Amino acid sequence: MADLRNDFVGIKSPNPFWLASAPPTDKEYNVRRAFEAGWGGVVWKTLGLDPHVVNVNGPRYGVVYGADRRVLGINNIELITDRPLQTNLDEIKVVKRDYPDRAMIVSLMVPCEEVCWTEILKQVEDTGADGIELNFGCPHGMSERGMGSAVGQVPEYIEMVTRWCKAATRMPVIVKLTPNITDIRYPARAAHAGGADAVSLINTVSSITSVNLDLMAPEPTIDGKGSHGGYCGPAVKPIALNMVAEIARDAETRGIPISGIGGVTTWRDAAEFMALGAGNVQVCTAAMTYGFKIVSEMIAGLSDWMDEKGYETLEDFRGRAVPNVTDWQHLNLNYITKALINQDTCIKCGRCYAACEDTSHQAISMSADRVFEVIDAECVACNLCVNVCPVENCITMEEMAPGTIDPRTGREVVAEHGEWTEHPNNPSAVAAE
Amino acid sequence: MGTTQRQDGIVAGRLAPEAYAENFGDAYPPLNPHEALVAADRCYFCHDAPCIAACPTEIDIPLFIRQIQADSPKGAAKTILNQNILGGMCARVCPTETLCEEACVREAAEGKPVQIGALQRYATDTLMATGEHPYTRAAPTGKIIAVIGAGPAGLACAHRLAMHGHTVVVVDGREKPGGLNEYGIASYKTVDNFAQAEVEWLLKIGGIRIETGAVLGRDYTLEELCSDYDAVFLGMGLSGVNALMLEGADDHMSDAVDFIATLRQSDDLSQLPIGRRVVVIGGGMTAVDAAVQSKLLGAEDVTIVYRRGQDRMSASRHEQDHATSAGVRLICNAMPVRGASGGVEFEYTEETADGLRGTGETFVLEADQVFRAIGQTYADTPAAAAELERGKIRVDTEGRTSISGVWAGGDCALGGEDLTVTAVAEGRDAAESIHRTLAT
Repeated sequence: MADLRNDFVGIKSPNPFWLASAPPTDKEYNVRRAFEAGWGGVVWKTLGLDPHVVNVNGPRYGVVYGADRRVLGINNIELITDRPLQTNLDEIKVVKRDYPDRAMIVSLMVPCEEVCWTEILKQVEDTGADGIELNFGCPHGMSERGMGSAVGQVPEYIEMVTRWCKAATRMPVIVKLTPNITDIRYPARAAHAGGADAVSLINTVSSITSVNLDLMAPEPTIDGKGSHGGYCGPAVKPIALNMVAEIARDAETRGIPISGIGGVTTWRDAAEFMALGAGNVQVCTAAMTYGFKIVSEMIAGLSDWMDEKGYETLEDFRGRAVPNVTDWQHLNLNYITKALINQDTCIKCGRCYAACEDTSHQAISMSADRVFEVIDAECVACNLCVNVCPVENCITMEEMAPGTIDPRTGREVVAEHGEWTEHPNNPSAVAAE
Repeated sequence: MGTTQRQDGIVAGRLAPEAYAENFGDAYPPLNPHEALVAADRCYFCHDAPCIAACPTEIDIPLFIRQIQADSPKGAAKTILNQNILGGMCARVCPTETLCEEACVREAAEGKPVQIGALQRYATDTLMATGEHPYTRAAPTGKIIAVIGAGPAGLACAHRLAMHGHTVVVVDGREKPGGLNEYGIASYKTVDNFAQAEVEWLLKIGGIRIETGAVLGRDYTLEELCSDYDAVFLGMGLSGVNALMLEGADDHMSDAVDFIATLRQSDDLSQLPIGRRVVVIGGGMTAVDAAVQSKLLGAEDVTIVYRRGQDRMSASRHEQDHATSAGVRLICNAMPVRGASGGVEFEYTEETADGLRGTGETFVLEADQVFRAIGQTYADTPAAAAELERGKIRVDTEGRTSISGVWAGGDCALGGEDLTVTAVAEGRDAAESIHRTLAT
């Protein structure tokens, strides 16, 4: 049996599945239910200074559906906790006391004044919490007040606040980053420079999920108006994976512990984040969609997969995919594949043909009786046919063996690696050594 | 040219040799991985899901389907088997249309439930194909328990006892273990000798010995068991069949359960005789299994006659549809009166305040062969000392009989529907009760 125990910057939890700071971790009742369901830890919904904020009394969430009303993304305009600070602190203390083996992290967001941070840190320490997470991420509402992503978008502020917090508390400091920037490495470097023990990412993406065409207003609509919200869920996972990988392989931040967030829905999502270097993952939208019980699947699935692969601990596979994330210029241009359509499993829908004929390289032929075949002499191996085919593994990309001739170029396939940096068409190419 | 469908009498080889394999192949072929993913995608992962409540073994159905979605079919199988060690067979034979799938919220939404049974088969088949047995025995307790009957109840009980570290001896009167899974279910529901494969897989837990060919009351007594073992579980099912004597029809009338058992044990179906015109009397799953298999053996004309209205049949609507789509005719509200020349005379019935009554109007069905399928009984009383209630062994909520140290479950015990899945639940729960009792 795989050992799922997680040690993240010294914070221990029985598994790497934490609930992210968000509506599900807003109060004692929810968090107790989460721990009973088996979650390894929670990041308590962001605390702020009193007087506490208020929320809208109309809808707070918008949604993007896939087929069959499957939730792909949720957009949220809820603010940080709208309950008194002391209420939250009291609840955190009793829950941590009752669940000493679970990770209890407290998310914080107060104005950019040192005294605000040092004061609240003292109060959080009294709860016995295991660590804090600085919310520099939320893109809605709080950012208008100079907090949340307004801080996360300015590396100097990140570094400054992180430094204040590190100086003021014994607790590990996790800095939560916003994806609403152009290059995630700069805020990550700033957190690192400020002494952060870890970064967590991504927070939500600024978004409007849809427009109500009768009201002519964005959803969710509050009395005829809408505001951008924070987008989350499976739809943002690719953005999050890339940002995690960028930090994991950046020379300045390499090795900084990362808590991966963004669309984690199944054990596989978690394994992917961890393969890209994350020490654990945080989950919100999946829990909001399906309830806390989903953690059963995550735990069982990750454990079974680790057993199958022979990984005994999380560290055995964490970061294993990081060396394989590279820059485009280093990809092997001599690696040549061709699409191959399996006629036995093809259901003759023609989607591959439409995609290739209309939008790609006219590399698929169609017969009068709807037989679809790849024309190797035209196929550039773009993979689009594979992507749009509704039948898994019906179309595969087959590697051409060295020594064979690529009918598209007429050139022999070579075994040696060849990349853009040394390609003759590259004006700044250097000869291969 | 040998015999044909149109030859009168009860004869073998009515069909071309190759037709038998086709007719008795898997009635509902398994889902392939793509089909399983498409089917699994429809599950809503309901909270406190109604399908779980509808399952006698309370399998966490939303969780196992989510595990299939998440590409962990073997994990899904474990979720199933944790609750129901015969989850593979139940996936094949459960009347899911009256259990989990009837409760599925998508039945309410679209009249099309998630294919829970087919998904369960996909998961359990995937695990069993690897040969893995994901359970291990606890340290031996030194206790030894006798389980009477190697059917679903006995096997489920034995496996759970073995998991807890007890040693189990399972005794069965037939030649092979499996009970009704082996002898009593239509062969197209459990092809490729699945019942025996499942028993072999189940025994991998270790600590279970099976002895066949010994019958309680004939070869040994309950008193002997009670003195030789730390506990006894009775799961021998129902060995009797309800009698139906029809003057003038006895020479071509037999019990459907015997016909099904013979068919299941036949290794050459072309040698199995069947009538040209077959009448099956009864309204349950045994009637459907006998009728459909008669048709598949080449009977030209097969009719199920049930004495009450169609809605009272214990075979589900799905089973009835399966029969009619196989070409079986269904006649309801008619009861047999006497054998007639070359057939059986029936009288139409009606439900009255005083019960079922003949209307006086009769008809004759031609029949070379008549099967009785009007229910089974706890015939003799081999466990005589155990008190009965309504003809079955009385048990409490934990499966304890009136005799200290003796538990019972499955069809021979009172309570629950006579289903494989119910027997599994009762056997499992009795094992937990035995374990608790022996631990104190």
